Amino acid sequence: MTAPRPPAFGNGDLVTVRAANPPTHYRTPAYVQGKTGRVVALCGVYPDPESLAHGGDGHPHKPLYRVEFPQTALWDNYPGPPGDRLQVDIYEHWLEPAA
Amino acid sequence: MTDTPKVHDMGGHPNASPIDHSEHTLMDWERRIDSIRGVLGDKGYITVDELRRAIEGLPPERYQSLGYYQRWAEAVEALLIEKGLLTAAELDATMTRLESAAGGAR
Amino acid sequence: MSENHDHANNPDHHHDHGDHTHPGMDTEELGWHARRVQAMETLLAEKGLLTVAEVQRNVDAVESRSPADGARVVARAWSDPQFKARLLAEPEAALAGMGYQLPDPTPKLDVVENTAAVHHLVVCTLCSCYPRALLGRPPDWYKSFAYRSRAVSDPRGVLQEFGTEIPADAEVVVLDSTADLRYLVLPQRPAGAEGLSEDELAALVTRDSMIGVSQPLTPELVAADD
Repeated sequence: MTAPRPPAFGNGDLVTVRAANPPTHYRTPAYVQGKTGRVVALCGVYPDPESLAHGGDGHPHKPLYRVEFPQTALWDNYPGPPGDRLQVDIYEHWLEPAA
Repeated sequence: MTDTPKVHDMGGHPNASPIDHSEHTLMDWERRIDSIRGVLGDKGYITVDELRRAIEGLPPERYQSLGYYQRWAEAVEALLIEKGLLTAAELDATMTRLESAAGGAR
Repeated sequence: MSENHDHANNPDHHHDHGDHTHPGMDTEELGWHARRVQAMETLLAEKGLLTVAEVQRNVDAVESRSPADGARVVARAWSDPQFKARLLAEPEAALAGMGYQLPDPTPKLDVVENTAAVHHLVVCTLCSCYPRALLGRPPDWYKSFAYRSRAVSDPRGVLQEFGTEIPADAEVVVLDSTADLRYLVLPQRPAGAEGLSEDELAALVTRDSMIGVSQPLTPELVAADD
């Protein structure tokens, strides 16, 4: 068991969601993968669901961030006004600093 | 993303079906499987994440054709077998035994 | 019991029943799952892994929560600005003060406020995450493939299916609740609700308004129903 590192991102940081489809269980929806959004909240540090799903103890725990995307960044033909947004909670190891 | 998203990962999938607003009253077995999972979770036998993994692990056509708690029932069974807590044969035998008991009572 | 369901001869136990156009509506399949779950509970009890009483207590606990609980909380927030501020900032503490114990340690609950400028809508695209600790079980449509698919990509279209029109100059914010947090929408207090008691306010708060797919009832609508 290793102590969790301090959260890597703060509110306002631009982050890109990693694109991956491992055969294991994970909680990062495909439609945000590869997309760039903004951290709007650190939701806490939680046992890693990818470990828990496969019989592990959840360590190391993972910071969880609420990441916000403009809807127009997610869908080519988003049928609503440009101010519409989407927020989804993403564990830190699925996020990279936006290039 | 080069891979096809997994079947449960539905956000943004083309789906032209209107949302069905009708609601059904849960049947007793649906309540029971929900709570069996809850109790097994409280006791540390099956985590929520394992349940999700097992539901997602159903064959895609099975995932799509089963009802919500039918998926739960099959996923919980698969996990119990995986963990060596029971076997499919034991479940089959229990089903048969309960059915003959019910039949005998008629 | 049909041979299709003979697990002893079908070790990977993937049955093939062809297409089911109405998930959960195949009576043969339903009957089989009902019997299978009954056998599972019996066998688990016989093995000492759980007791039937424990399962029943869990059922009772789940059913002790309903949208009426969420409505009480919303009504309190509508009538007490200090409570509302606390509910938004420290939902667990605010709810504990009303006697609602949330799961410990997870999932956490967060409350998001709908205003004239911002309208929140909650979905779980991956499964069916829902603030059960406060609202009870989710409705069937919340778990449907249609809702899970479209709520994120066409929320305004989905809202229209619920009869909810959000003006184009207001922002729609979708919350895809897929991890350790559950979201409760604090709906906008309807016009004409000033001076109502908390009980009267609670009667305006629908389950769907706390998921964000509709607005709460208006006092006129409720009066017309009486």
